Amino acid sequence: MRRAIRLIPDRVRDAARRPLSFDARMALAYFALIALLPLLAPSLGSGYLIVIGERAVIFAIAALSLELLIGAGGLVSFGHAAFLGVGAYAAGIAASHGLGTLSVALPAALAASAAFALATGAIAVRTHGVYFIMITLAFAQMAFFIATSLAPYGGDDGLSWPTRTTLFGRHVLKNETIFYYVSLALLIAAYVCLGRLMASRFGRVLRGLKDNETRMQALGFTPYPYRLSAYVIAGTLCGAAGFLLGNQAEFVSPAYMHWQRSGELIIMVLLGGTGTLYGPMFGALTFLLLEEVLSRLTEHWKVLLGPALVLLALFASGGIAGAVAAWRHEQGGLARMLRARSRFARRRLATGMVGPARGRWLGYPWLAHAAMPLRWVVGRARSRGQAAKGTLARLRRDLPALRQPELRNMLARWWRQ
Amino acid sequence: MTTPVLRLLDVSKSFGALRVAERLALEVLAGETHAIIGPNGAGKTSLINQISGALAPDAGRILFEDRDVTHLSMPARENLGLARSFQITQVLQRFSALENVALAAQAQAGSSFRFWRPAAAEVPLNRAAMQSLAMVELAPRAHTPAGALSHGEKRRLEIAIALAQAPKLLLLDEPMAGAGVEETRGLIGMLKGLKGRFSILLVEHDMQAVFALADRVSVLVDGRIIAAGEPQAVRANAAVRAAYLGEAA
Amino acid sequence: MSASLFVVQLFNGLQLGILLFLVAAGLTLVFGVMDFINLAHGVQYMLGAYLAVMAYGFTGNFFLAVLIALVASLLFGLLLELLVFRHLYARDHLEQVLATFGVIMLLNQGVKLLWGAAPLNLPIPAVLSGSVPLMDGLRYPVYRFAIIGAGVLVAAGLYLFITSTRIGMLVRAGATNAPMVSALGIDIKRLFTVVSGFGAMLAGFAGIMVAPILSVEPGMGDQILILAFVVIVIGGIGSIRGAFLAAVLVGVIDTLGRSFMTDVLRLVLAPATARTIGPALASMSIYLLMAVVLAVRPAGLFPAKGRA
Repeated sequence: MRRAIRLIPDRVRDAARRPLSFDARMALAYFALIALLPLLAPSLGSGYLIVIGERAVIFAIAALSLELLIGAGGLVSFGHAAFLGVGAYAAGIAASHGLGTLSVALPAALAASAAFALATGAIAVRTHGVYFIMITLAFAQMAFFIATSLAPYGGDDGLSWPTRTTLFGRHVLKNETIFYYVSLALLIAAYVCLGRLMASRFGRVLRGLKDNETRMQALGFTPYPYRLSAYVIAGTLCGAAGFLLGNQAEFVSPAYMHWQRSGELIIMVLLGGTGTLYGPMFGALTFLLLEEVLSRLTEHWKVLLGPALVLLALFASGGIAGAVAAWRHEQGGLARMLRARSRFARRRLATGMVGPARGRWLGYPWLAHAAMPLRWVVGRARSRGQAAKGTLARLRRDLPALRQPELRNMLARWWRQ
Repeated sequence: MTTPVLRLLDVSKSFGALRVAERLALEVLAGETHAIIGPNGAGKTSLINQISGALAPDAGRILFEDRDVTHLSMPARENLGLARSFQITQVLQRFSALENVALAAQAQAGSSFRFWRPAAAEVPLNRAAMQSLAMVELAPRAHTPAGALSHGEKRRLEIAIALAQAPKLLLLDEPMAGAGVEETRGLIGMLKGLKGRFSILLVEHDMQAVFALADRVSVLVDGRIIAAGEPQAVRANAAVRAAYLGEAA
Repeated sequence: MSASLFVVQLFNGLQLGILLFLVAAGLTLVFGVMDFINLAHGVQYMLGAYLAVMAYGFTGNFFLAVLIALVASLLFGLLLELLVFRHLYARDHLEQVLATFGVIMLLNQGVKLLWGAAPLNLPIPAVLSGSVPLMDGLRYPVYRFAIIGAGVLVAAGLYLFITSTRIGMLVRAGATNAPMVSALGIDIKRLFTVVSGFGAMLAGFAGIMVAPILSVEPGMGDQILILAFVVIVIGGIGSIRGAFLAAVLVGVIDTLGRSFMTDVLRLVLAPATARTIGPALASMSIYLLMAVVLAVRPAGLFPAKGRA
C-alpha cells in the first residue's frame, strides 16, 4: 500500500481548494476592522478615528514594503522613510506647480522613489550586514538634507499642498470617506501583490538568498540583480505610501524622511512580526495607537517607549505574529490532549508539555516557574517511589533466603531490639 | 581522443607563506570520474574552490570545455555547466527538500524574474525535482524542511541538488565526510549510478569510495600533484605510499 | 572667498575630523569585534557633554569636571553594556537596531526630562581661552587648537595601544575573527566589555571636549552618529587607521563644502542657481564621497583583513 508521491505539495493544492491561509485570514480581519471603522466613528464622536485609520493604512503599506526587504531579502534598511518623503515631495511639488492631477502626481511620486531607490540601491545592495544598515541610513539623511535646502519648496518648514490630488479635475479625494477607502483599496492591492511576489520564482530566489547565499550562488543565481530589484520594488511601493501620506496631511516636510521615522518603520515591522505579511500591518496599527495613547498620558512618553522597545527586542522579537503562532501551537497541543481518549495518552501528552527543557506550560511560561515547587515535590515523590520499588524488588528476590529459620530468628531479635 | 572537459594550466595559489597550489596541471576527460586524493592540508578544498569560482588563483588558467573561466564568478560558471557539492553541507534550511531541488531546477529553466505565478505550483520543476529526489531515495522526505533532515539525508539532498543542475562537470567535495559505514555504502552505490552521465571530479579521503568509483586518480601533496593515473597504478606508487605514511587502503 | 577664511575653515574641518574620529573609533571597534550595531553611541557622546556640564555645576573647575565626566561616561557605558548590549551580541542585526534605537529614545527624552530642552553651555577655562595668531590678520581660538591637540594625542595613544599592547592585539584579533579568539581560550566576554567601555569613554570624551563650543542639547548626538557611520563605512569596519583617515577626510570636506560650495558653483553657474543648489550639494558632499568610495571598494578603504 503505497501512497503516490504528490508532485504539488499538499499546502499548495489545498490552498487552491481552501483559498485563505492563516496569514490571509488575519489580513482579512484587519481589512474588515479598518473598513468598519468609519461606521463606528460617528457614534464614538470623533472624525479623529478616521485620521488614525488613514495613517494606519498608509503606514501599513510602508511597513509591508519594508517587510519585503527585511523578511524576504534579509536587508535591514534604516533609511526607508526616505521613500515616504521622496514620494510625498514629488507629488507635492507637482501640486504646487498646478499639476496636482492623478495622472501626473502619482506617476511622479512612483518614478521619483524608483529613481532614488535605483540610485542608492545600486551602491547599497553591493554591501551587506552592518554596512548596508549604515549606508541606507546615510542616504536617507542625505535626502533629508536635500529637502531642508529646497528653499523654493519650504525648506525646513515644509511644503503645504494647495489641494489633494484631483481626478480628472474633480476633487474626489477631498471627501474624507472616499480617501479612506481609496487608501484601504491600495493597501489590499499591495497585500495581494506582495503575497504573489513572495511566492513567485523571484520571491523564492530572494528568500533563498536570505537563507544561504553560498548555496544560491552555487546554483547559478547572482545575488545582486535580485536584491536590487527587491530594493526598487520596495522603494516604489513606499513612495506610493508617501504619495498617500502627503495627500492625507496636505503637507510634506523633511521630517517625513528623518531617520527617527525610519526607526519607527522598523519598529512597526518588528512589533508586528517579520516573516508574515499580516504582521507588519498590525504592527503599524499598534504602534500608531500606542503613540496616541502614550502621548496623551505624558509629554515624555518616549521615556516609556524606549525601554519597551528594548524589552521587545530582547524578549519578544517574534512580535505579534510570533505570539499568535506560539499561541496557536500551544492551543493545538491542548486540543490534542483533550481529545486523547485513554488516560494514558492524556498523561503522556501532559508530561510532554510540562517537560523541563521547554519551560512553556499551556502557553503561559510563568506557570512553569510558579509550578516549580510542585514539580520538585512530584519529582521527589517519584524518585522515592522508584527507590521503594527497588527495595521491594530486592526483597522479593531475597525472600526465599528469608525463609531460612536462622535468618528469621536473627531478624526477629533485631526487630525486638 | 576525448576532449578534456576541465583543464588546469599552471594554477598556483598561496596564502602568505602557505602554498596551497603550485603550478598544478590537471585534466578531466569527458565522462570520466576523476578522483583527487591526498593527505590533510594538501590543498584539496582550495583546489575545488578555485575550480568552482569561490577562490581566485594567483596564476595559471582554468579551462572549462576549452573556455577560460579563470575570472568568472561562481554563478556564471554554474550557468556554463559546472556544479559542485560542499564538504560542509549547504542546503536551504527553511525550505523543504523538494523546494531545494526545485530551485536548482528553476535555475536551469529560464528566467527567475517572474513576479506573479506561484513557483511552488510549477509542475515541470516539481517533477524534475522529484525525479532527482527519487534517485537518491529521498522521495518520502520531499516535504520535510531541509533543516530537519538527518546528516546523511542532507548529504543525499546535496547530490540530488547537483543532479537537478544537469551539469557537464560535477565537483564533489568529500561526499563521504561524516558518513557511517552503511551510509558510505549507500552513497557509493548512488554515485556509481551517476558515473558516465557526466564527468565527475571527486575529492575524497575514503579509499574504498575512491577505488570503487574513480577511473583515474591524482594525488595532491603540499600543493603539487605527485602522481596521476589508474587507481591500481597509483596505489602501487612508492611516492604516494611515502606521502601517506602507510595510510593508504 | 579669502585665503584666511579657507585656512580657518580648514582647521575647523580638522577639528571636526578629530571629534568624528573619537566617536567613530569606539564604534568601529564595536562593529568589528562584536558585529554589534550600536546606534546608542551617539547618545553616549551627548551624555558626555551633559555629564561635563553637571560636573562643572558641582565643582566649578573645568579640568576636574572633565575628569569626573570621563569616569562617569565610562561607568555609564559599562552599565549600558551590562544591562542591554551584552544580551544582544548573539542576536540578529534587526533586534540590535531596535534595542539601541530604544536606548536612544530613552536617553534623549531622559536628558530632556532632567535638564530641560533648552541648550546648555560650558564656559571655556581661562587658560584655554583667547586666540593665537596663525597668519597676519588671522587668529584662531586656543581652545579649538586644544581639541585638535588632545584628539591627536588620544589617537596616537590609541594606535600605540592597539598595536603594541597585548589587549590591543586581542582587539585586533577579535576584529578579524572573533569566534577564533574565543576558541583560543580568551575570555571573549571580558574583551567585549573592555572594547565597549573604552568606546563609550572615547565618545564621552568627544562630547566633553565639544561642550564649551557647541550647545549641549537633547539630540545633539544623532547627527554625529550618522557622520560617524559615514566615516566607518569609508574607512572600513574594524580599522582604526581607516577611521582616522576617513574622519579627517569627512570633517574637512564637510566643513569646506558648507563654506565654499556656493562660491565654487558661482564660478560655473549663474549666482541664483548657485545659491539654490549650493547648500543642497554641500550637505550631499560627504554622502557622494561615501558613494564613490563604496563603488570602488565595497568594504571601505582599510577593512580589517579576513572579513567576509
